[in-house]
This record gives sequence, C-alpha cells and structure tokens, in this order.
Amino acid sequence: MLRKRIIPCLDVRDGKVTKGINFLGNRDIADPVELADFYSKCGADELVFYDITASAEGRALFTDVLRRVASTVFIPLTVGGGIRTLEDFDRVLKCGADKVSVNSGAIADKTLIRRASERYGSQCVVISADVARKDGGYRVYGRGGRDDTGIDAEEWIKYCVSEGAGEVVLNSIDTDGVKCGFDIEMLEALCKDISVPVVASGGAGKTEDFIALFKALPWVDAGLAASVFHYKEISIPELKAELSKCCIPVRL
Amino acid sequence: MLAIADYGVGNLFSLQSSLKSLGESAYFASRPEELKRADRIILPGVGAFGDAVKKLRETGMFDALKEQAKAGKPILGICLGMQLLLEKSLEFGTFEGLGLIKGEVRPIAEVIPKGLKIPHIGWNGLSFKPHPLFKNIRQGDCVYFVHSFFAADCPSIIATTDYGANLTAAVAEENVAGCQFHPEKSGAVGLAILKSFCEF
Repeated sequence: MLRKRIIPCLDVRDGKVTKGINFLGNRDIADPVELADFYSKCGADELVFYDITASAEGRALFTDVLRRVASTVFIPLTVGGGIRTLEDFDRVLKCGADKVSVNSGAIADKTLIRRASERYGSQCVVISADVARKDGGYRVYGRGGRDDTGIDAEEWIKYCVSEGAGEVVLNSIDTDGVKCGFDIEMLEALCKDISVPVVASGGAGKTEDFIALFKALPWVDAGLAASVFHYKEISIPELKAELSKCCIPVRL
Repeated sequence: MLAIADYGVGNLFSLQSSLKSLGESAYFASRPEELKRADRIILPGVGAFGDAVKKLRETGMFDALKEQAKAGKPILGICLGMQLLLEKSLEFGTFEGLGLIKGEVRPIAEVIPKGLKIPHIGWNGLSFKPHPLFKNIRQGDCVYFVHSFFAADCPSIIATTDYGANLTAAVAEENVAGCQFHPEKSGAVGLAILKSFCEF
C-alpha cells in the first residue's frame, strides 16, 4: 500500500533556511545541508526546497546548496522558487532535483507546464498553488502570496493538470503559519477529483493536524510543513508512529 | 569499476552520488567500449521506452549491453532501465527491448483498480523472494516508485509491491537484474540494495 508522505519544506535565502509567518518577515535559522541530512535520518519521505532569493548571487548559492544536499541525501528532492523557463528546470535537475515546482512562472507563461512535462515527463512537474478565499471563492496568488492574480483556483488547478502537471501542492494562504490545522475545506473544494497526487500545505501545528488531514481526506497523498519541523515542535519519528497507530499507512 | 550507462536520458547525478557514498566509484559510459571495461553496469533511465531504445541503438550500446550480459557481467536496470531489459514494451506503440529478461512492459492501468492515481508515485513496501540483492533488507521495507508501466508476463519476478494489485518491483535472471523503484532515492534501504549489487 502506498504510504502517506511527510514532507518538510525548506525556504532557502542566501544559502540559509528561513521561515516566516504568513509569507512575511523571514529570518535565517539553519544550514540547509545539515537540516536536510537531519530530516532524511528522521524519516522524512521527501524534501522541498524553495529558493526565495531574488539576486543572481543568491541563485548561485542556492544551486550550490542543492548540489551538496543531493550528494548526501538520497530521498526525493523537489525544488521551487524562481522557476520561469525550461533553462531553470535544467539548472535544478542537473543539480539533483527530482521534481520541479512552479507557481508564478506558470501564471506568467501559461505554456510552461506543457513544455516542461513534454521535455521532462509529468512526474517531474509540480504545480504549487498559493490560494486564499476572496469574494466567496478561491483565488490564486502569485509572487509568494503577495499578488491576487484574479484567477479562479479550481479552474487553474484543473488547467495545470490537463497541461501535464504530475502533482499538485495546495498551499492555503489563509491557514499558512497559523498552526491551527490544514485547510481541509479548501482541499476538499479544490482537489477532491484531481487525478494526480495532492500535497496539503499550510497550517500544520501539531501531530493531530496530520491525523485529521489524512482521516478527513484519504485521497490526500502528503502533508507538507516547515516551521513546526524546523522548531522541533513536531518530531517526524513521533508523528509517523502516531499516524501508524491511527492506521494511516506511513513508511517507518 | 562500475559503469553507469549514459545515453542522454535522465539525470544521473543522484545515482552517481549514492554510489560514491557507498565508496563505489562509478563512471559514465556513453560508448560500447566504455561498457566493456566495466566490472558491472547500471542501466538507468527515465522517460519513454521508444526514445530510450532509439538512443541506445544510435550509440551502439544496445548491442553492447546484450553482449556484456551474455558474457556474464552483472547488470542492474533501474526504473525505465529495468523495463528496457524485457523483450518488448507497449508504451506508445510496440518496441523491442533488450530481451535479457522474459516478459513485456504494459500499462499499470490494466491491472490496478479504477480510482487509484497514475503514475504510481511514492513509497511502497517490497515483498521479495530470497535474492542476493535483498540480503540486507527486510520484507515490507519501503522504496520509492515513479512509474505508469510495469513488467508483465514475467517469470523472473523477484519482488512485488501492492498498489491495488501486485506490481512487479524487481526482476532477475542470473547476472541480469532490474528494479522498478529508484534505489538511489530510497534512503537507507535503497543504498543497501545498491551495495548488494556492487557485491553481486
């Protein structure tokens, strides 16, 4: 039976892992290579790295971090942040990324997902959608959650999957950093009938939040979180042991 | 020395790094003579079967792999590399494979229940027969899969995984073996399998 995945997310800026609240106020907290190794040894099923630097120097530093992580950590690595062209896909795939996550880049260029999935395969292309409630609906946000794109989230996710995205990460801006649980209502509304794996993101505060997620939505494939893991509020081995006790299949 | 067959399909960085972490030095082989001087060969691969066969033929490695296998050299196919070992594939047409392992490559959609997601992506448990590749792992240990096709009508299955149906996870006939999952992405369990291949 396929196991539910537990995925720590590392936001990297200038070679360091950062974590802010509601997308703002990031502060540096750890060495990404050490942290990645620690999570891999703890039983993380996959790691996500977001490059949140804007400068060329920062980008080079990120690529170097990625190469060092991929040399020492042998679990799947997903990379996102600043992916706008096929050359960006190439750059991170050559450094050991297994999957590439696109967000603003796919909004700016509606052909990016199709071209990337044709070249690298759907399994390699992840659509990461930052979504918030607005005017009684769900709206896609760009630029790290700052810009309301005016795009309807349900239509957007369906479009991305039809274009070849092989996985959907749904990040609820409304619950991100709030630590009151995953946005089960939003996931149910937007991802229930998606034919590719769905990763829930935003809102995990405690072990029970992961149990509630997988109990309420058995079709969700993975739970992603950052600060609760970085600050050791949740230990991955304990989390997986608890999920297993609740008959949720995990890799132990 | 171990050769990783490089025919321009997929990213080999993680595979080479994982072997290095085991103290095994591996080089990339993109020509037949480079395969010949190896003690053992890994055939990786992602993407489409037809493209991969075309590239293997263009580089002359298609025949070279068959020769090396017949000469008794240990060969491990990974993911698409495992599928290439079989006689033929029905992925986007019908293509002839290396024919080193009996069986053919068919869509998993034919055997898994409706409603399960395709590709089969993620960590799943192994159920295996005794085999040197598995000497240092336990029944039920999880490995990482990413695939939409599988080895069918294969008498040489040495491991399966349960995804609504028993899917082929590994095959072997004498010196030739293949795994559908990615050992280089399967943490400590995957490294143990790669290590065993290096001692195969």
